[in-house]
Formats: sequence, structure tokens, C-alpha cells
Amino acid sequence: MKTAKFDWQARAIQVAFVIVVIALWYYVGHSGLVSPIFLPKLPNVLDKFVGIVQSSTFYENLGITLFELLVAVAIASTCGLTIGYLVGRSRYAVVVFEPLLASVFAVPLVVFLPLFILFFGIGIESKIAFGAAYAFFPIALNTIGGISQVDPRFVTVARSMGASERQLFRRVLLPAALPVIVTGLRIGCTIGFLAILGSEMIAGLRGLGSRIVSLAEGMNTAEMFAYIVFVIILAMILNVTLSQMQRRFGERREAA
Amino acid sequence: MTPDAIAVANVSHAYARPEGAVKTLNAVSLGVRKGELLCLIGPSGCGKSTLLNIIGGLVAPIDGEVRVNGHPVHGPTPREIAYVFQENTLFPWNTILDNITVGLEFQGVPAAERRERAMDAIEAVGLTDFANNYPHQLSGGMKQRASLARALSLRTDILLMDEPFAALDEQTRTYLGEELSVLLATTNKTIILVTHSLSEAVFLADRVVVMTARPAEIKATIEVKAAHPREPSFTTSSAFSDLRNELYALLRGEIEKTVGGFVGKAAARDRERRAVAGQRDSVVRSVR
Repeated sequence: MKTAKFDWQARAIQVAFVIVVIALWYYVGHSGLVSPIFLPKLPNVLDKFVGIVQSSTFYENLGITLFELLVAVAIASTCGLTIGYLVGRSRYAVVVFEPLLASVFAVPLVVFLPLFILFFGIGIESKIAFGAAYAFFPIALNTIGGISQVDPRFVTVARSMGASERQLFRRVLLPAALPVIVTGLRIGCTIGFLAILGSEMIAGLRGLGSRIVSLAEGMNTAEMFAYIVFVIILAMILNVTLSQMQRRFGERREAA
Repeated sequence: MTPDAIAVANVSHAYARPEGAVKTLNAVSLGVRKGELLCLIGPSGCGKSTLLNIIGGLVAPIDGEVRVNGHPVHGPTPREIAYVFQENTLFPWNTILDNITVGLEFQGVPAAERRERAMDAIEAVGLTDFANNYPHQLSGGMKQRASLARALSLRTDILLMDEPFAALDEQTRTYLGEELSVLLATTNKTIILVTHSLSEAVFLADRVVVMTARPAEIKATIEVKAAHPREPSFTTSSAFSDLRNELYALLRGEIEKTVGGFVGKAAARDRERRAVAGQRDSVVRSVR
């Protein structure tokens, strides 16, 4: 089993990498080379981490950020999948809209953040709208790609057996495009999370992002690092969940 | 005499290209009798598959009409016609069983009957042990057998087969051809088989229709008078090789038109040159 051995090796290297980073942090923190304001000692951060996990402020902020992410992804998926399907079904629409969406996505949408704040206020609404705007594009673009690139032979076969438009969608287009669509959802979630944290940090009153900024401004670096560690863990959980989902839908794909 | 199961009347077809319309079929008329296996054979790219797709209602002709069991065809007729396509068109995300039940769902078979009918068809092609496998776990020959099972499960009177074994190696193709002959002898289906294999055509067909190069017309129709199911020994009989040679003789000129016939042209040029040289020779000789 060569692949199993490779898998095991890869895992070992990944774990070693994380251990080296942690060890380096520990060493630099204790050597006194760097001021604890820039890099707090690791045990201090862990203390703070245990502290914040027990605090109500933490859960309030976590809840807000997760709620924003959930609503943003829900909106982005609904719009992205619908528009992606409608565009992807027509060759003409693909030619017109695909480059349009792709070039809007290439614009750093963060320049429009002040507009989002202006329209939706400083509260969670602007974060949801901004996160949804960012997450929408990869979902829509991948749905267009997935639907429009379904092997036309599959459509012909289904039609020859009498498939209705609805059956064609449910039984052929959707399963054929699913691996690509799920990839889009994964990218959308990741980017949406980034956009929400970013917008909280730039102009927010609540949520993990604004908490991190206010701790930094208060020079409370150890607690800020504890929050950062938590965000990293959150991102890892999100990534693992989404890649599991991706693998599940991709596994039946033909290798060739 | 019973009316033809399939009647093709003056069907023409062309497709658009930037440099203009390319005519593929030129007023083709053809009758397929009930229960007969008819082979369409012709140079590659001549429009055999297009004709098949027009009969199946997947492509509309620019002129002419197709009638299936007396009704004009204006689109797919899944209750009358089933397809076996070239290469693998099984859905990779479904098991073999699900591939077949989903086809039955498309055709409108009630959910309660689908599984049983699918398993019957899978058994008929000898894939019972592989019903729950995914297509990529099967060999090329097995995949085509599964495609055949999918078509059989639809229980149509007519089966259209578009080069079903083209992607397989020769041994597998010969073997599947023998299996097909046995299987079809018992089903009494009307079948049109598009192929580019002369042996396959003679081995399986009741009649072989030879088509010309593009725009395709019918060049000749050859009857193969041997009872089904045909034994493998039929392929070594002199009747078999005579028919095969006759078919090739009919096709040769058409193939030359398609591939450009560089050998033929070179030979003609050579003959011409020799003729001129010969004249010169005779001139020289007469001078002497």
C-alpha cells in the first residue's frame, strides 16, 4: 500500500510543522528577544485562552460571527446556485455573464465596504451583506462552470429515454455538476468567513473580528493571540468539514 | 405483408459551418421491417449516426419524414425506441442498477416495477454480480453490456445502436457480437446497428445498407440469409467471406472519396506518365 504510506508520511510532516511553529513561539517568547507586547509568552496565551473560553463575552462574539457567516452563506448559496443554474443552462448566457461575473469578482470588493456600512449600518447587517457579496461569486461561477460543462452525451442519453426538464436537472445536471458546485461552496464559505472577520475588524462593534481589534488597541496582546488561536481553530474546523463534504461528493467520479 | 416498423422517406440533413452548410444526407429513403436487424455501413463521417439520430428523434431533418410504427417522429419516443450509444454513456455517479432504474424513471415506469425490471435486464446481459458497482469499476466490455441492459430494460420494440462496440478491442467486440446475436434472436426486436466493422455487419445483420460518402445516399442493400442466432463458425464459411468481400468492394470507392485517395491519384498520375512515355517511345521507334 504505497498511497497509505504516503498519507502517513504527509500527516507526520504536517504535525511536525505545527509542533515546530509552537516550539519556536515558546522559545522566542521565553528568550526575552522580543517584547511580550509583540509576542506574548505561550503559557500566558494558553491561560488567556482557557479564560476566554469560560467568559460570556467570548460566546456572545462567537455567536454573532457564526450567525453572520451562516446567514451570509445561506444568502450567497441561494442566489449563487439559482443564478449559476440559470446562466449555466444556456450557452449564450454563459458567454455573456460568465466573464462579467468573473471580472466583478476580480475587483477587490473591500473598496465597497464603506458603501455597505452606509447602506446597512454599522451592525451585523452590513457584515452579512458584505460576506454574502464575497461568497456569492465563487458559488455562482462554479455552478455556471459545473452545469455548463456537463458532458452533452449524458443530456442526450437522458432525453432519449424521455427525461423531463425537472428529471434532467435532478438526475443528470445536478449530480454531474455536484463536485464542481461543492468546491464553489467551499471557496465561498472560506472567503465569506474572511470577508466577515475583515469587515468586523475595519468597522464593527461586535463579533470576533472587532474583539481582536479592540484587544490590540488596548495592548492586550496575550488575549488577542488567544482569540487569533481560536479563529485559526475555527477556520480549521470549517475547512475540514467542507473538504470532507467535497470528498464525499467527488469520490464516485471516474478517475480518468 | 406487414408495414415497415421504420419508414424513412426522402430525409436530408445538413449542418452549418462558417464556410457554409455541409450536406450530410441526401434524400435517403429506407424501410426497416419488423423484427429485422439492419446494419448501416459507410465511410466514417458519412452521416450514418446522423440518420440514426433522426430516426430516434434526437435530430430534426431539414427535409423528409420518418415514421415509426406509422407515426411521424417529431422528438424522442422513449416508449418505442431505445438507444445504445457509442462508448460509455452510463452515469458515473450511479451504480449499474441505479443507471437502469433512472432510465426507467425517465421513461415513466412506476417506482415499484423499476428494480425488478432493471435486475431482469442486468441478468440478461450477465452482470448480476456487478449490479451495485459503479461504471468505473467495470471493464469497457462490461460497460457496454450494461448500456445494452439499460436499453433492453426499456422494453421497446425498436433498438438503435450507434457503433456500440467501436471503443472495444477486437476480441471483446467479436465476443460481444456473438452474445448479442444469441440475445437478440430471442427478443424479436427491430434493430438498426451502425457499425464500421464489415465482419460485425455480416455476422449480425439480416440486411446491410451500404451508404456513400457525404452527402450520404444509399448505394446498395445486401441480404444476409442465415438464421439467428448465428454460430461463430459462420464467420469462417465461404458465404461469410464472399459477403464481406462484396461489401468491401462496394465501400472501397466511397472510402477513397473520404480519405482523399492519395494512392489512387498517385497511381493514376503514374499511369498517365507511363502512357505519355510510351507515346514518346513509339514516336522514337517510328523515327528509327
